Amino acid sequence: MNRHSFDSRVKGVSLGTTILAVKFAGGVIIGSDSRASMGGSYVSSKVINKLVQVHDRIFCCMSGSLADAQAITRAAKFQLAFHSIQMDEPPLVMAAASIMQELCYQHKEELSAGFITAGWDRKKGPQVYSVSMGGMLVSQPFTIGGSGSTYIYGYADAKYKPGMTREECQTFAVNALALAMGRDNVSGGVAHLAIISEKGEDMKEDADRALSQSRCVMGNSKAKE
Amino acid sequence: MALSCVLEPALSGFNFENSTRNIVLENGSEEGKIKAPKPMKTGTTIAGVVYKDGVVLGADTRATSDEVVADKMCAKIHYIAPNIYCCGAGTAADTEKTTEILSSNLTIFSMNSGRNPRVVMAVNILQDMLFRYRGMIGAHLILGGVDCTGSHLYTVGPYGSMDKVPYLAMGSGNLPAMGILEDRFKANMDLEEAKSLVSDAIHAGIMSDLGSGNNIDLCVITKEGVDYIRPHKESPFNYKRQAKYKYKPGTTPVLTKTVTQVELELLDETVQMMETAGSS
Repeated sequence: MNRHSFDSRVKGVSLGTTILAVKFAGGVIIGSDSRASMGGSYVSSKVINKLVQVHDRIFCCMSGSLADAQAITRAAKFQLAFHSIQMDEPPLVMAAASIMQELCYQHKEELSAGFITAGWDRKKGPQVYSVSMGGMLVSQPFTIGGSGSTYIYGYADAKYKPGMTREECQTFAVNALALAMGRDNVSGGVAHLAIISEKGEDMKEDADRALSQSRCVMGNSKAKE
Repeated sequence: MALSCVLEPALSGFNFENSTRNIVLENGSEEGKIKAPKPMKTGTTIAGVVYKDGVVLGADTRATSDEVVADKMCAKIHYIAPNIYCCGAGTAADTEKTTEILSSNLTIFSMNSGRNPRVVMAVNILQDMLFRYRGMIGAHLILGGVDCTGSHLYTVGPYGSMDKVPYLAMGSGNLPAMGILEDRFKANMDLEEAKSLVSDAIHAGIMSDLGSGNNIDLCVITKEGVDYIRPHKESPFNYKRQAKYKYKPGTTPVLTKTVTQVELELLDETVQMMETAGSS
């Protein structure tokens, strides 16, 4: 798990951030805050999008250096699309996570970005993978990352129960993000959530259906119990 | 696969060749071996706003070289494509050249593919290039344009980060300009409102930042075309030369005239025949 994104060492715009992903039966919820900072004291964007759709049913959320993270996700998107065309079927979430991991590991000296990859595929259903800055790839039922995650490890460990429903997972994600944004100076803005599941019988239908909901929760709404 | 552009096809993954070169250069210049020339910075205020029918971009016109104003009427809004313009802050040479390269590539692309370039394509090309150079190209850019998918405003940072936003200010004067934009920006403004908002934002930058000044340029881009207003507002402090500084020949009197013969000695004479093969 990403413990710290070293903001002072990241040159340029940094995503000191809180990101998380939770698996439930039938899908995953992936979420992030929306703040981009420069030098730890200037908020360069209050509404930056850290949730990137790398394929129809696979999302990534970024942390670390914005330039590096965006470059990695663009390269991953390209490689994943190519892989999907070659295989002639939607890619596995594991494939997406592996591509990100390869890029992070091969260039670990020059890059500083960490990710959470989550999505749904036909083989294993909903999955959450954490790709750390150095290139470690770990699959977990839920994961938190970014600089703000240090403040919610206790909350996440206490509140997470395996087998939660979708609504419970949503509340868990929103509350966790709100608490982290409340304590971490480089996380803030609004909470972006993406809920990915298998929707519709025909796999070849418009993939937007799989993304059943994308919600935006105001940063000053209180965490509900 | 066939790509309709002239950029070299990217090898998969990243290319960090320039990282080693940069380290060598940086270490060299510390020991005084390679003295990097002081680049002319634009020390700028640039801003952009998306309004109802398109995009309004604005910029000041001062280019500084340390404390001296090197150019009072510098053009910071660069042409990229007929429907895309780019404001540049940072190192003047970098923003100029980067935008020129981008513009040539997009022109060739649109000739090859028969399509008008999209703003998002320009952003992608810029991101690739700036990321490859690891922040060594000091170009902070605001790209604005109108294409078949709508009106767009993007910012691209020198390290290769990008963000898509409805309003934006960059450069050393971006903090005061951002204050004006945050206060008065509304979605779907009309043209006059948008122009006055951008103009006021640049004006705030000029007033509160030493590196920005002189005139304000505006560029309005819509589906119908582009209106490049240069200057939109002239500085009231423009210094007008009070007198002519050209002197007539003969203004300076000649007091004495001395002619010295230079003795040249012919040392050697060689003749070389030229191979002028005339027609037979």
